[in-house]
Amino acid sequence: MKTLRDVKCNQTVSVVKLHGAGAVKRRIMDMGITKGTNVYVRKVAPLGDPIEVTVRGYELSLRKADAEMIEVA
Amino acid sequence: MGVKIALAGNPNSGKTTLFNALTGSNQFVGNWPGVTVEKKEGKWKGNKDVIIMDLPGIYSLSPYTLEEVVSRTYLITERPDVILNIVDGTNLERNLYLSTQLMELGIPVIMAINMMDIVEKNGDRIDTVALGKKLGCEVIEISALKGNGIQEAVERAVAVAQNKDVSVSVHKFRVEVEAYLESIEAMLDTTIPEVQKRFYAIKLFERDDKIAEQMSRLPNVESIVAEAEEALDDDAESVITNERYHYISSIITGVYTKANKEQLTTSDKIDRIVTNRWLALPIFAAVMWLVYYVSVSTVGTFVTDWTNDVLFGEIIPPAIESVLVSIHCADWLQGLILDGIMAGVGAVLGFVPQMLVLFIFLAFLESCGYMARVAFIMDRIFRKFGLSGKSFIPMLIGSGCGVPGIMASRTIENDRDRKMTIMTTTFIPCGAKMPIIGLIAGALFGGASWVAPSAYFVGIAAIICSGVILKKTKLFAGDPAPFVMELPTYHWPTVGNVLRSMWERGWSFIKKAGTIILLSTILVWFTSNFGVVNGSFGMVEDLSDGFLATIGNAFAWIFTPLGWGDWRAAVAAITGLVAKENVVGTFGILYGYVEVAEEGEEIWGTLAGSFTAVAAYSFLVFNLLCAPCFAAIGAIKREMNSAKWTWFAIGYQTFLAYAVSLCIYQFGTWFTTGQFGLGVIVAMLIVAGFLYLLFRPYKESNSLRINVSSITAQKVKA
Repeated sequence: MKTLRDVKCNQTVSVVKLHGAGAVKRRIMDMGITKGTNVYVRKVAPLGDPIEVTVRGYELSLRKADAEMIEVA
Repeated sequence: MGVKIALAGNPNSGKTTLFNALTGSNQFVGNWPGVTVEKKEGKWKGNKDVIIMDLPGIYSLSPYTLEEVVSRTYLITERPDVILNIVDGTNLERNLYLSTQLMELGIPVIMAINMMDIVEKNGDRIDTVALGKKLGCEVIEISALKGNGIQEAVERAVAVAQNKDVSVSVHKFRVEVEAYLESIEAMLDTTIPEVQKRFYAIKLFERDDKIAEQMSRLPNVESIVAEAEEALDDDAESVITNERYHYISSIITGVYTKANKEQLTTSDKIDRIVTNRWLALPIFAAVMWLVYYVSVSTVGTFVTDWTNDVLFGEIIPPAIESVLVSIHCADWLQGLILDGIMAGVGAVLGFVPQMLVLFIFLAFLESCGYMARVAFIMDRIFRKFGLSGKSFIPMLIGSGCGVPGIMASRTIENDRDRKMTIMTTTFIPCGAKMPIIGLIAGALFGGASWVAPSAYFVGIAAIICSGVILKKTKLFAGDPAPFVMELPTYHWPTVGNVLRSMWERGWSFIKKAGTIILLSTILVWFTSNFGVVNGSFGMVEDLSDGFLATIGNAFAWIFTPLGWGDWRAAVAAITGLVAKENVVGTFGILYGYVEVAEEGEEIWGTLAGSFTAVAAYSFLVFNLLCAPCFAAIGAIKREMNSAKWTWFAIGYQTFLAYAVSLCIYQFGTWFTTGQFGLGVIVAMLIVAGFLYLLFRPYKESNSLRINVSSITAQKVKA
């Protein structure tokens, strides 16, 4: 399974499914990362975590541990 | 007729700017009862009968964050006449997500699309007429910053509110989903108004754990939800979220056209440098240095010193003294006014200029968008000990003065991270603790250069360990803290908004913290200046005859295990609560010197005779970690907005200080003299307990523990 965590910078992927449950999952979806959405991985923070992605035309940052819950293709 | 307008929208959508532009100075800022979420209410400039309620900036009406629960509880129970939904036109898709939820509440909605000037500048187009038709609500173009269209938006909102029969049109999801929602709606009884039924049905379908508290009878919908999840192959919450974004994508095509997709905006270009892998940390360090240098080292210190030494030292007290003398005021009253009240008021006001300078910086960094980047850059380090990346700023400022440091914690949105930051910021040695360090280092360690750095090390270790330990306690482990954060577009903040934010924060400190600091200073003044001498009550010449000395004597035994059971040390620690640098002065007085230098060089010899090196270091650590000065306690009270949390913070700090000092003294004595006793065993037990708390496993919770009824209780007061 390929997750958002594995995606290299400057690549665009499409969301297949969201794993996990509860607050973090809901928050990720509330911010617009839902099935079929295109996510562009913009950069990684200087210390290696979190990452910055572009989704639905704006910039979002999320931790790698949370990015692991997002299955992409 | 009074109309109540609720202003709702995403964070960074320009809500605060709009609110300020609409209400001007007619604002009431407070807190929602029981929680540390700011509550703002104001009267519309155009008509004082129109009340505008500024809800916290939110992305959704989910049950997982405090702001969202507060907002939706207000909307459901208070039922404002109309919702003015502010939408960021440059970020239409995600902003409309909240709109779809607001429109389900059965309250008329007017949509104000903000930042239209920027949308036009980018060459993008939003067909607001078509959008309004598709959404079923009125859509108005505004620019909160330039003031375009904002009065019209309110006028339309008032008109809609007064024309009560305006129907609220509701979007539809996929047919299958609608069928499930309809069957849930059918199960709701008449206690729920017809217009709110869809909202409740969706929340029940999502298995929202906060909705039950607002319903008198809870229908059992589990079988329907389970069936739906089986049929749709996803959990119910995801189904609804997906449907909402689907719906938005479907209406947005044709309404919203982007000029050129691939071109980098100015904001992107700034971000390329500011959060660059290699440049981000140096730039961050430079920005922090600038903030610290200006607000703490130069302008701040200069103004604070002037307020303390000149205004409240040479100008006001002599003036008041001459007035008091001329009206033949009693000596004790003169003392109270000059040494008690003036000293207390001075202590509060002395911090204010420094704080205002800092608040200008914070307001600027926040509203231009850099603060979110700070969290992005520093998150990795701080989240390990339960703090936010934004905790860095309070701690940095705290090394100058804990009071503005604590106040700076307000930039942290997450409730848990903020409380944790407030509790640990004062562990960093502040400027006023320097004289104590100088005294101990000079008197007992021959001015050794390692003493001061070790004090910082102790402070940082206390923060890290406290973070880890507290994160695992019941008080903190409860609430979820997802770090999924928007990095807003950079923009230039307006002078008005920065100044207003500065003034709001500064004033709230003066108001709330002023009272507690004043009262405590008077109390310490009274107990140190009054006492019973030769059987008669009265003012005492010598501090050692005062009540405080008696109290110090009575409690000195508590500090015996720490190595300084001498009453003088106990009294010095208590006077340190007024201001930490007082510790040195008090020692001076108690050892028979009227006036001592800042680091108390005169008493070094005497002190070296009555303390062992280990005991002195234990005394130093205790004073560094224990309850901060009254001004900082006042700031803690202000930011915690709860007596319980304030006491918990102070209690925790003092307890930690005691435990650490005890271990230092007992182990230190054991290692240096070889004496092994009960104290060492106790110290070992403390270390064992400490290690257990530090390393025990823990799990983050998935639901927010907030009692919805505690928020609804505000109805009566509001």
